[in-house]
Amino acid sequence: MLPHVTFEGVGHTYETQDGKNVCALDNINFSIKKGEFVAVLGPSGCGKSTLLRLLAGLFPATKGQVSIYDYPVAAPQLNTGIVFQKPTLLPWKNVLENVLFPIQYKQGRVSRKNKESAANMLNMVRLSEFSEHMPHQLSGGMQQRVGIARALLMDPEILIMDEPFSALDALTREQMGFELLDIWRQKPKTVLFITHSISEAVLLADKVLVLSPRPAHIIADITISLPRPRSLNTINTPEFSAYTDRIRQLIYHPNTNARSSVSGDKND
Amino acid sequence: MTKGTLNFSTSKLFPVFTLLAILPIWEVMVRMFEIPNFLLPAPSSIYQAFIAVDPSRWAIHLWATLRVAILGFCLSLVISLPLAIFMVKSKFLAKTLYPILVIIQSTPVIAIAPLLVVIMGAGEAPRLAITCLITFFPLVVSATTGMMSTPEELIELSKSLKASAVKEVWHIRLPYAVPHIFSGMKVAITLAIIGAVVAEFVAAEQGLGYFVQFSTSYFKIPQAFAALLLLSTLSLLLFKTVQLIQYLFFRWSLPKDKF
Repeated sequence: MLPHVTFEGVGHTYETQDGKNVCALDNINFSIKKGEFVAVLGPSGCGKSTLLRLLAGLFPATKGQVSIYDYPVAAPQLNTGIVFQKPTLLPWKNVLENVLFPIQYKQGRVSRKNKESAANMLNMVRLSEFSEHMPHQLSGGMQQRVGIARALLMDPEILIMDEPFSALDALTREQMGFELLDIWRQKPKTVLFITHSISEAVLLADKVLVLSPRPAHIIADITISLPRPRSLNTINTPEFSAYTDRIRQLIYHPNTNARSSVSGDKND
Repeated sequence: MTKGTLNFSTSKLFPVFTLLAILPIWEVMVRMFEIPNFLLPAPSSIYQAFIAVDPSRWAIHLWATLRVAILGFCLSLVISLPLAIFMVKSKFLAKTLYPILVIIQSTPVIAIAPLLVVIMGAGEAPRLAITCLITFFPLVVSATTGMMSTPEELIELSKSLKASAVKEVWHIRLPYAVPHIFSGMKVAITLAIIGAVVAEFVAAEQGLGYFVQFSTSYFKIPQAFAALLLLSTLSLLLFKTVQLIQYLFFRWSLPKDKF
């Protein structure tokens, strides 16, 4: 089957304000199948966000090609929804209006059907009673759920999430992870999920791409074959720890690990 | 909740109490030390000077100043907002215009005032121009800062929806700048009164500023004080009006009560 999203030899170099060229990404190759949940894991500032913005079509890659179903991504795609690190809701609109914002903004008006689907979305992220609230009246986790509802409203095929839970406290963060899995089960999407939390990546994804420090390249492409639906119990299984340990090794000792894995392959 | 509101309304009255406490002390001091009226008139003589002037005459002067202040302020708003938008959207304009704005701001408006009167004649035009010049800078700076503070993610969201630059400014950047713009407007509205008074000092036959100057030149110091107090009140009322507009139409932009 044709992969949904493909990165082929993608590299990106950008110019900083003081005129220096920074190479953020280097020779990135991977593909995502339709409905697959892929987490991208890497140290801070390694170019994860650049990767995401390339898929969103916010700017073109300086090298290689990003494509959706073999069509190169040259401009923003309307069938991608983005959830940002910060919820970035509009402070002058209430929760419902914020969820409807993309449609209101794009079409200039909202139909009754749009309002209904927005109400459904809010129901799904368990914020129905808060639709008339203003963003500042919500907690960080609730704001981010509004952000997720906003991204899902237009029923995009691809959901791009840029460290969506990193601004939340640890407890809320874990809870949001399970909620996201729940939403994803109800509305299967192709997900590209950026994170710097190893356990979050393992818990959520079908596949974890581990990036190196800048210029980022993929140092490992690990398929997570933990059974779904995943729950709190998943975290306690030895398989889960095995995955997190292996990824931690890859991140902290990339060289030794590369060698050992090569020798391991030989032994196999 | 109720207690909070109660405390708030009483604390609001504190400045009034302070003023009321100062008045008798002022009166007593002036009488005790026999300070001449032309140095510091007692509150009672200011009051007498105030009622000695016909209310219609006050109204004429008040209206003249108010008119110049408000028109100048609005003119300034109409010029500064589009300018701020252009400066936010174009790095070139920002780089070329900003230094010019700083130079204009650094030049004392009071020094330009007589020149403007020579250039523009003795009518209302130079008065509006002076008020405009003095209120201009805080408005441009606040609007620019506000629009620049729009989170990058929202701009990206706008881009991902393939929205035009006009839409981006109108639906995202400008609303985002509203709290900043109101801060700028609060500064600018009081500057507008200063601008109007400065203009009246230079060339006018009407207005509270003119009336202060006219009164002092005839040594009617209590009358000048009365005009001065009226000016302060006017300035305060305008400030409160801006606050009220923000409260009524942009309540979300006010500092949030913590839950």
